[in-house]
Amino acid sequence: MKLRSMIWKELWQRPTPMLTSLLAVTLGVTAMVAIQNITVFSERKIAGDMESLGANVLVLPPEVTLQDYYSADMHGHTMPEEYVSRLALARMPGVENLAPKLCIESDVDSIPVTVTGVLPQSEFQAKSAWQGLGLISPVGTDRGCCATKANVSAGEDNPNSLATNRTIQDLGDRDLILGHDLAAQLGAKVGDKLPVLGESFSVLTVLPSTGTIDDSRMFAHLHSVQDLSGAGPVVNVIEIMACCEDAAGDLISNLSSELPETRVITIAQVVETQVAVNGLMSRLSWVFLSILLLVGGASIASVMYANVTERRNEIGTLMALGASRRFVTRMFLGKAVLLGLAGGLGGFFVGTIVAAVLGPQLLGIYVEPLPQLLVVGMVAATIVAVTASYLPARRAAGLDPCLVFNDA
Amino acid sequence: MYQLQSVTQTYERRGNVVTALDTCDLEIPDGDFVAIVGPSGSGKTTLLSVLGGMMAPTSGDVLLDGESLYDLSIDQRTRLRGEKIGFVFQSFNLVTWMSACENVQIPLMLSGKLASDQRARALELLDRVGLSDRADHLPSELSQGQQQRVALARTLANDPQVILADEPTGNLDADTRQQVMSYLAEFHNDGRTIVMVTHDADTAAFAKRTIRLVSGVTDEVAMADAA
Repeated sequence: MKLRSMIWKELWQRPTPMLTSLLAVTLGVTAMVAIQNITVFSERKIAGDMESLGANVLVLPPEVTLQDYYSADMHGHTMPEEYVSRLALARMPGVENLAPKLCIESDVDSIPVTVTGVLPQSEFQAKSAWQGLGLISPVGTDRGCCATKANVSAGEDNPNSLATNRTIQDLGDRDLILGHDLAAQLGAKVGDKLPVLGESFSVLTVLPSTGTIDDSRMFAHLHSVQDLSGAGPVVNVIEIMACCEDAAGDLISNLSSELPETRVITIAQVVETQVAVNGLMSRLSWVFLSILLLVGGASIASVMYANVTERRNEIGTLMALGASRRFVTRMFLGKAVLLGLAGGLGGFFVGTIVAAVLGPQLLGIYVEPLPQLLVVGMVAATIVAVTASYLPARRAAGLDPCLVFNDA
Repeated sequence: MYQLQSVTQTYERRGNVVTALDTCDLEIPDGDFVAIVGPSGSGKTTLLSVLGGMMAPTSGDVLLDGESLYDLSIDQRTRLRGEKIGFVFQSFNLVTWMSACENVQIPLMLSGKLASDQRARALELLDRVGLSDRADHLPSELSQGQQQRVALARTLANDPQVILADEPTGNLDADTRQQVMSYLAEFHNDGRTIVMVTHDADTAAFAKRTIRLVSGVTDEVAMADAA
């Protein structure tokens, strides 16, 4: 027989009060784990959503104001395309992708269309000056913070990526990409030839419906649009796909410093609100944890005091038989450690299950167990249980062993 | 050998000073069997507590083998108690949720014996008191006499030199009382010192010496008187 086997056996002699007091500790850890779990995966989902949404920062000519996110490039003002190079060379952390655009009003078979010039990613990689600097991936480098890196890698050959990522890997001089609605309006399909800006373009692909103004646009190579429209090396907007945390932080001021002659606008409220909500949820989870652990601690202390009173004769007997005060203290604190570990472990499992069930229902996110929360939960619950049991354990160790005698 | 030198123990109860032991001088040589008798409240349990190193006297010295018990720290006294002193209680004081064998193992565990050695020694002692077949029974599954025999086995666990017994037969019927006292006499014949508090003259008759305690004052009783 050892101390720990003795503690374990005694625990199961009076399980009800201990398990009841453990409930509050378990609930505290459950709340913390569930909320933290949902928060972490919610942040990941928001980051993913922002990336699939496309640009979340716009670099515009200074005269322009952001009236509408998706039509912000239809303002007629331009700025030099050279700004794109400056941004790419700056390699700012958080900048995951750049998408310069030039929009020109034109018509195809008497149907008015907006021709949007876009710069394929292959153009970035082809810039000899950037390669000379060793910048094979000029944007979206390993210094970025997003879970998903820049869209310049394999898998982006599909022209449909323009619909979701706002960028495309390759686009020929006379290739054309049609928005879903415009293709239907023109009756055009892949491989058709269309006269645009006085030249014949081949339809490379028709984008899936996005529910945005892009559905009614056609996209061609930026330099083709610049040449054919006579606009020269200018763009209306540079869309930047940035990490949401950076977009809400220093990135905007960094961009403004880099390009002081432009206006840099972010979907700040969206980003800040999302980040703020996540931060609030995270802080709330710690508040819940603290409150419930306090309640749990008080409950454990109360039950431990009752346990000491109930076991006075047993403790006195052990002391008469040679148990030191340290042994008696360890007997109660050991029990507290077991309770804390059990509460932390139980809370982690229940919290993870709650998050797995509620995440998809409430926020449409799928969560996975986060092992670091298991450590946090078990440590917090154990500290609370041990702290709450300290005074009862001291009281037990201070009992007068004479109480074991008949008329004591 | 125990030596009590001018031991006085007083309590304060509701403003009144109660003298439980009054300048007691007592010697209990090794191998002695002493019965402490006296009316309720005469200080018998206080004397036992003082002898057991569990209650420091108000004044005076208590020596065990020439060593002053109360000059030792609490932890040293606790260790000494575990090594040299065994206790027998009126209510047996078995831990209710432990088996008979585990109850006997307690002093062995406290003295740091290996778990495997503990069980072997406990089974040996239970066999000595005729309960080897009840080793895994809980106290609630044993009769009063069997419980006291388990307690006697526990007392012997660390082979103590002194056994302090507090009304060891107080909760037992006549037959069982006889059986328990036979065991105590046997332990005494092994060479142990036994100090026993009792109200019962028949039980006291097993002792070699009887000391009457009245109002905290000890008085050696002649054997003829005790009988």
